[in-house]
Amino acid sequence: MAEQVSNVTHKYLRPKKTFPNVWCPGCGIGIAMGALIRAIDTLELDRNEVSIVSGIGCSARIPVYLDFNTLHTTHGRAIAFATGVKLGNPRLHVIVISGDGDLLAIGGNHFIHTARRNIDITCILINNYIYGMTGGQYSPTTPFAKNASTAPFGMVEQSFDPSDLAISSGATYVARGTVYHASQLSRLISQAIQHKGFSFVEVIANCHTQYGRLNREGSAVKMIQWQKECAVPVSTAAKMSPEELEGKFVIGKLHEVFRPEYVSEYQKTIDRFSREEKSDQQLQES
Amino acid sequence: MADAEEVEIKKKKWKRRPDPVVIYKKWCKTCNICIEMCPKNVFDTDRDGYPVVSRGLDCTQCTICWMHCPEFAITSNEK
Amino acid sequence: MAEVETNQKKKRPFYKENVPLLMQGNEACALGALAAGCRFFAGYPITPSTEIAEMLSRLLPMFGGRFIQMEDEIASIAAVIGASIAGAKAMTSTSGPGYSLMQENLGYAYMTEVPCVIINVMRGGPSTGLPTKVAQGDVMQSKWGTHGDYFPIVLMPSSVKECFYYTVKAFNLSEKYRMPVTLLSDEVLGHMREIVNLPPPDELEIVTVSKPFEPPEWYKHFEVTPDYLSPMASFGEGYRFHLTGLTHDEYGFPTAKRNEIITKLEKLRLKTARHLDELTDVLVEMMDDAHIMVVAYGSTARAARQAIRIARKKRFKVGLIQPRIMWPFPDKIVREYLENVDLVIVPELNQGQVIREVKRLRQRHIRIIGLNRFDGELITPQQIVEKIKEERH
Ligand code: SF4
Ligand code: SF4
Ligand code: SF4
Repeated sequence: MAEQVSNVTHKYLRPKKTFPNVWCPGCGIGIAMGALIRAIDTLELDRNEVSIVSGIGCSARIPVYLDFNTLHTTHGRAIAFATGVKLGNPRLHVIVISGDGDLLAIGGNHFIHTARRNIDITCILINNYIYGMTGGQYSPTTPFAKNASTAPFGMVEQSFDPSDLAISSGATYVARGTVYHASQLSRLISQAIQHKGFSFVEVIANCHTQYGRLNREGSAVKMIQWQKECAVPVSTAAKMSPEELEGKFVIGKLHEVFRPEYVSEYQKTIDRFSREEKSDQQLQES
Repeated sequence: MADAEEVEIKKKKWKRRPDPVVIYKKWCKTCNICIEMCPKNVFDTDRDGYPVVSRGLDCTQCTICWMHCPEFAITSNEK
Repeated sequence: MAEVETNQKKKRPFYKENVPLLMQGNEACALGALAAGCRFFAGYPITPSTEIAEMLSRLLPMFGGRFIQMEDEIASIAAVIGASIAGAKAMTSTSGPGYSLMQENLGYAYMTEVPCVIINVMRGGPSTGLPTKVAQGDVMQSKWGTHGDYFPIVLMPSSVKECFYYTVKAFNLSEKYRMPVTLLSDEVLGHMREIVNLPPPDELEIVTVSKPFEPPEWYKHFEVTPDYLSPMASFGEGYRFHLTGLTHDEYGFPTAKRNEIITKLEKLRLKTARHLDELTDVLVEMMDDAHIMVVAYGSTARAARQAIRIARKKRFKVGLIQPRIMWPFPDKIVREYLENVDLVIVPELNQGQVIREVKRLRQRHIRIIGLNRFDGELITPQQIVEKIKEERH
């Protein structure tokens, strides 16, 4: 058991891509990537039928290391590309990996509409509250009054709660995890992949290089430990008052409903025509 | 006396026993996450900041270190 | 090929074959796409291209294809590229403003060598411009629209019949050369009704991108072959490759090595540059003894064709050159004919775009003048004849 767990990640890494990876030492993206690999492994998906799509940013570099059908697209458009991939070949399990700037700022429109459409795509948002790759500019999730390189006197704008946004846009499975709770995260991701419909997993990750530095939150280890302190499981949160939840975030499965899924609904239309055609043929033959 | 013998045996066992976890130094970026996260405090840092297994006997194979290593640099060595 | 065969088996004909049909240019484009094997369409409503989307939304599910209306044109072209990567022949249709939005991801498709077809039904611009009026202002945009160094293929039909055939051709070229192909139609062409006789789909030549035969471990998605056309696997076929908009090596992994960068970017150019013969499609009329040459394209070519006939009756030695593959520009043919003429007229529905290309090819002193109209109306044959008269007196 132990050996399986430990070596499983290596099985899915591309032999042609050399490690170590591009991320800063201790970046949470690597941990999230490990959780994703373990989730796919526990589901025993055929790796030829898994497609990982990403946009631009630190987190978007994940696909290059993974031995699946991988697509590294333009900034913010990952989820639109993924829609095409899914419709082009509905057998594929399409997983989108995106950062907070990528998915919620430039790709916000695609995100809410894909959630509304309820197409069978799994979207993993690696939320580190900042634009890491370009040097620490504020993103739609940077909390109020926090610093960023383009908000040197503190963030004046209000921020998104990505999971709330996903729920209200119509996503049918929404969960939040942290890189500290890595095994729970991998469970959430595998649930999301199994869910039929648009599923969304928000991963709270640490960007100590940019966010941590600008806000004096310390090293990677400190930031990961901060996640432990602020994370409240869903069951506990239900008993807490809004005041108590101030400054904390809820982790676990936040929302799951079942609504008609886009690809299978469209398939019904296609099937209707092929059925009609068959009956046409039978009529002609008889 | 008996105690001393036991310690002796334990030491021998410990010597023969391979490290419970292996660290690929080539991939490790010395972020120290494994060192801080290990509940049994198995690791120490060496001079260059790399984690080394110093208290291997304490390891319970709890999976925490390799799950949290962002570089996939830790593997279990237990069969 | 296979796709067309399945069409044949299906009893439901999507148009009556070999009988005269009255249809719009946009409808002909939609039928051409289906005949070429298009099985995915993503688009966003925009005048004057909407008929293509409407027609395909009805027809595609009947043939096992999928239609989706995305949230904007950026997402449309992204979905088209995604579907093409997953193995479906895919297209979108739009007009000027939408075409501008698509440029970003079009660049991605050129870089990652993904086949797809974009139909741009041109309208007046810039910006929102004249949504219901005709123009030819996007000719240069279709060549230089997205950033970076790339070499597009752009087709320009001039009749409803050509709309059908050139949509098929656009798919064939895009599959063969593994790149996006733009078809520039315009508002008049899209909405004009003409009587056409369409052949059965199985009589058309349909090209589908070649599939690799080597085992997955040897497969290079961007292999540089002697003719620069490489086979392409799709997602889900067992070849697990990586695609990225970053400059990449033959496997598709990002690279910063000088020789690999050069190889990649040269491949983008040589793909078309090595096949210029196939990529030259020019209609030449009455040029044998001509002293005056008219270079016209798209719906303007219709007026020009009539104009040269009128002018011939008035004893002007006029001929017409109509590039139907606009990019790559037919340098060789135009240069050849420029040798023998002393006056060139380039009628365009813009303030002079293709005239630059003709001027670029001028070897000696020839008068090259434009006839430009950009008030949302077509150039008439009379105008061209007048221009010839004016220049000759
Ligand atoms: S900049 Fe931040 S998000 Fe990017 S790799 Fe470094 S720590 Fe990670
Ligand atoms: S498996 Fe657990 S106990 Fe053993 S070294 Fe890793 S974290 Fe420590
Ligand atoms: S977590 Fe991994 S990369 Fe970080 S110090 Fe430990 S072994 Fe090295």
